[in-house]
Amino acid sequence: MTETSTQHKNTGPDLTYQQYLQKDTLALPKCIECNKFHFYPRIVCPHCGSFNLEWQILSGKGEVYSTTTIRRKPERGGNYNVCLVTLDEGPRMMSRVDGIAAEDVEIGDKLIARIINNDGDCHVIFTPLQEV
Amino acid sequence: MAHILRGSSAIVGVGLAGCGEAHGRMPLDILAEATHNALDDAGLKLSDIDGIFTGSSYHFMPGLSTAEYLGIKPRYTDTTMVGGSSFVAHTLNAAMALKTGLCDVALICYGSNQRTAGGKLATMSEQQIYEAPYKPRYPISSYALAAARHMYEYGTTREQLADVAVAARQWAKLNPNAFARGDLSREDVLNSRMISDPISLLDCCLVTDGGGAVIMVSSERAKDFPKKPVYLLGTGTAQWHRQITQMPDLTTTAAVDSGKRAFAMAGLTKDDVDVVELYDAFTINTILFLEDLGFCTKGEGGAFVADGNIAPGGSLPVNTNGGGLSCVHPGMYGIFILIEAIQQLRGECGDRQIAGSEVALVNGNGGVLSSQVTSILGTEAVL
Repeated sequence: MTETSTQHKNTGPDLTYQQYLQKDTLALPKCIECNKFHFYPRIVCPHCGSFNLEWQILSGKGEVYSTTTIRRKPERGGNYNVCLVTLDEGPRMMSRVDGIAAEDVEIGDKLIARIINNDGDCHVIFTPLQEV
Repeated sequence: MAHILRGSSAIVGVGLAGCGEAHGRMPLDILAEATHNALDDAGLKLSDIDGIFTGSSYHFMPGLSTAEYLGIKPRYTDTTMVGGSSFVAHTLNAAMALKTGLCDVALICYGSNQRTAGGKLATMSEQQIYEAPYKPRYPISSYALAAARHMYEYGTTREQLADVAVAARQWAKLNPNAFARGDLSREDVLNSRMISDPISLLDCCLVTDGGGAVIMVSSERAKDFPKKPVYLLGTGTAQWHRQITQMPDLTTTAAVDSGKRAFAMAGLTKDDVDVVELYDAFTINTILFLEDLGFCTKGEGGAFVADGNIAPGGSLPVNTNGGGLSCVHPGMYGIFILIEAIQQLRGECGDRQIAGSEVALVNGNGGVLSSQVTSILGTEAVL
């Protein structure tokens, strides 16, 4: 095995993202050239084309960009929310708002991220941000 | 100076098959019947075809499967896959292949048995791992998110979305080949089962079977065929994303770019367009594309489609076959808007014919508002 392939073992962007989530941390690649974050994580900045990226931890704060309630019969689990969240740092991701009824999620709602860990398979959901 | 491809090729044959329900037929059976009908229309035989342009959700290598089934050995094969817009994109690739002599008779074709095969959208798509945990309904939720954002930013209403479906149905009632021809009111749409807010059942396209075929040749030969040629004046393609999370602005599609490119190639403007065929997989599509193609300003699409403005007798004829909402929608719909535009320019559309149509615009959509492909077609009068 060459040195290069050993060096890159287990360091792909999808895996790195998951590894942060497993530590209950939301992190994404940030471009060192143009200073922008992107989502989903890649090895190239989709904003400027630079390969010069570094992982940084995000605030976890965001805002509902758009939202839909997916209708489902109560016996099959009831309605649920699917939304697009624009993170305070810029990128947008698909997610779900928990903690309020699906129908009550509104565009512009301020949110805070929470990481769901299903036996090591993690994803990010959001709850309404409680203003202090 | 005119673009080298402007008017360089023409459509000389079209065929439909199995639209609605085609019991017992497989996708390639339907495709082959549509091809047979297009060949009849053009006065050609299968062995004349030397270029194949196709896309499929059923065949991993659709160019190979299609040519094998038809028993032809094409010199040129193109299976550009940009979802439902593929077949509109194929017009550009066919024009290039014809212009450069890579083929002499180009067949653009599609077939699907989505309805009688059970109604589920056939897909060979990889799972979108950053969307899957949230269980969006694919593709409905993506369009619902776009509609919700359009409503938020511009005050577009569910009533205006419903008017798109009602206008489509009024056109379908004039088309004996349309699948859904019963009465439909704004209230029917508003009261239909909500699926993914604000998109209800009747905001969604039909699920039918169907196939279509289009035969293109170089313009030098176009007058040697039985039917009046329809010339390809311009096609523009554009794509900005694959997944809905990556769409820069959910209220503006890449049709802004594809439309500009198509009009530039054609040397025409929206004021030259007599009839408009848009890929209406969902009611929001029609509103977005009318805005993005310049038929109204951004945000005014809702008001533009209201009160019968795009219905028969309105100021702009849109989706004159009844659209994907009421005519036919077998998984991918792009070939059907192309065929309706061609038939309008030939004057073959009976009760729904737009008198004196010389220029038609077709806008194909693929993915989740991802790929946009605009074609401008015209008669000899505008060549």
